[in-house]
Amino acid sequence: MTVVDPTLARVKPSRGRAARERAAWAFVAPAMIAIGLFFALPVIAALLLSLTDFDIYALANLDNLRFVGLQNYERLMTNPLFWGAMKNTLTFAVLGVPLSIAASLAAAVILNARVVKWRPIWRVMFFAPYVTTLVATAVVWRYLLHTRYGVINWGLESIGLPAVDWLGDPSTSIPAILMFVVWKIFGYNMLIFLAVLQTVPDDLYEAARIDGAGPWKQFRHVTLPAIAPTMLLVSIISVASFFQLFAEPYVMTQGGPAQSTVTVLYFMYEEGFKWWNLGSASAVAFVLFLCILAITLVQLAVAKRVGAYQ
Amino acid sequence: MMQTAHRRAALALMAGGAAAACTPRRDGETVLRFWAMGNEGGTVGELMPEFERRNPGVRVSVQPLPWTAAHEKLLTAYAGASLPDVSQIGNTWVAELSAIGALSPTPPEAADLLTDQFPAVLETNQIAGLAMTTPWYVDTRLLFYRKDLLARGGFDAPPQDWAEWKRAMHGVKRAAGGDNYAILLPLNEFEQLLTFGLQIDEPLLRDRDTRGNFSSPGFIAALAFYRSLFAEGLAPLASSAQISNVWTEFARGYFSFYFSGPWSVGDFRSRLPASFQPNWATAGVPGPNGLGASAPGGSSLAVFKSSPHQDAAWALVRYLSEPAVQARFNTIVGDLPARQSAWDIAQVERDPMLAPFRGQLERAKAVPKVPEWERIVTEMQIVAERMVRGEYTPETAAAEIDRRADRLLEKRRWMIEQGRAV
Repeated sequence: MTVVDPTLARVKPSRGRAARERAAWAFVAPAMIAIGLFFALPVIAALLLSLTDFDIYALANLDNLRFVGLQNYERLMTNPLFWGAMKNTLTFAVLGVPLSIAASLAAAVILNARVVKWRPIWRVMFFAPYVTTLVATAVVWRYLLHTRYGVINWGLESIGLPAVDWLGDPSTSIPAILMFVVWKIFGYNMLIFLAVLQTVPDDLYEAARIDGAGPWKQFRHVTLPAIAPTMLLVSIISVASFFQLFAEPYVMTQGGPAQSTVTVLYFMYEEGFKWWNLGSASAVAFVLFLCILAITLVQLAVAKRVGAYQ
Repeated sequence: MMQTAHRRAALALMAGGAAAACTPRRDGETVLRFWAMGNEGGTVGELMPEFERRNPGVRVSVQPLPWTAAHEKLLTAYAGASLPDVSQIGNTWVAELSAIGALSPTPPEAADLLTDQFPAVLETNQIAGLAMTTPWYVDTRLLFYRKDLLARGGFDAPPQDWAEWKRAMHGVKRAAGGDNYAILLPLNEFEQLLTFGLQIDEPLLRDRDTRGNFSSPGFIAALAFYRSLFAEGLAPLASSAQISNVWTEFARGYFSFYFSGPWSVGDFRSRLPASFQPNWATAGVPGPNGLGASAPGGSSLAVFKSSPHQDAAWALVRYLSEPAVQARFNTIVGDLPARQSAWDIAQVERDPMLAPFRGQLERAKAVPKVPEWERIVTEMQIVAERMVRGEYTPETAAAEIDRRADRLLEKRRWMIEQGRAV
């Protein structure tokens, strides 16, 4: 039966609605079960885990597990390494989010310009880093950043600047990793921006040109308002991803030198899998979750005020 | 050929929890999975054809791991029930792997493998008097020093005790002149202070290793000695990240005493020019009264309880412990053999830079064997760095280290009260 008779539905409204609801649940159920089983359940389990002292003794025998309340959280708050990781993560996010958005937007605007030729080729070139294996690109970047043989230092020296020990000096390790991260991820947001830029109607630009707006004014008053909701989306995604930075420092510096690239997630990994304190590692995960949630709420509030989103 | 071996190793890894289900290729053939790390992982395969020739029907699949991931991999493999049959492990991990019950203790018929060993190294491998693993190769830290600067500072021979060492350091600092120092004690490394702490008579933990014993008079003296080296301008306030190139700074005379292990011998030889080579040597670590202890390091061979091939696994451990095989391995990778007679076969001591290691290994002292130990010494060093920077006196620093150690050992105390740990 593919055609629903409208009169039939009107005659027995309650029964029809119940049947429809049942059908809807049946359609939604597989997804709900998957989400419940693979998302909600592990999250609840991790929350419970964060209230226990799961450690290697408990790994050997679950009888050695104790419920410790909020002790993991208390200890985290007094752990200088955790605060160091927090500070590093914030540094990554504060520098990295604007940088990567600026890079993505710039690339998208350039690709969207009519004067650019061979656009598909440029698009592929800008997008390629995003789809390349992270570990392989990290290894290449370690060569680029190498103190003695690296092409970046070679460039610096050829214009008379001193060589920098990028990954060996605690003060340059974050900028070095940021360069790599921005290069690696800007292609994805570029595609999102590009899609939105192509929906901005041409007549708006024409009208702006007739009113005498130059390229900068067109960008400021036509392009930016048109892409504001996308900007919000991209910034939320970027903040969340920068707060979850892990693989890059893990592959390139192992958190060194002098813990300068230990991020919150890296700290959690060490706590969980190096020391096998799954209880306190779960506590780190929840603190991180609360941080990302708080920042996202602030972003939404700011966006509402400036009117980027209704 | 190599490729298929790798692919098979990868498949075995992917098989995950199925160590027992790992079906041998040919009928009746036992495949032993052997994890080895770093240089050893890359080269131990060369010893395997001889083992397989002597043990028909047993094939060893060597799976190399990087050191940086080894510890996590072992614990994760335990959690996922996919440990190999035999593995090389760092000998400071013995307590941890014993606590989770992963290790198969040395059976009575293999007791002879525990002879002809360095006592402190053997001690490191024993938990509650039972040998859990078998020492494979050994190392420890001793003193690398500048012969020329020590002579110019007025000393013909390396110092023997702390007081003489202090005088020698002042002499060396004068001889090196300028902004140079006498010794490098990187503030982020616990090994140096731990060495001083092992040289005192009091143990570092007390009450069945459930509480810190850092407030003992001996350890306070060690803290005071450590702090005085910075206070008197003999050691720079620097972490190892700030010394980008240890060997060039050593050659420049930035410091003349350096704590390190056998691996630095090769570094100093290959990275410093030939003209510099006569200027350095190695010597035992001075202690409070005469030459003192240092921590025994190195790797051990562990057979896991989960392995269904216990006999073959112990045959492999027995083979790798043979003095002749250890001597051969010494010529391949340069590791210092665990069996003392292998030192004689390989004539390790013909190398004047390696000879002092034997004496130092005989003086070595095992560190407390509790799973929390690495975290305790990490905390110890955090406090020690703050003491050096003026936040604590040796007495208050000792109390603070005890407080942190007691907190880390809280679970262990509970375990012992409940009778769940030894």
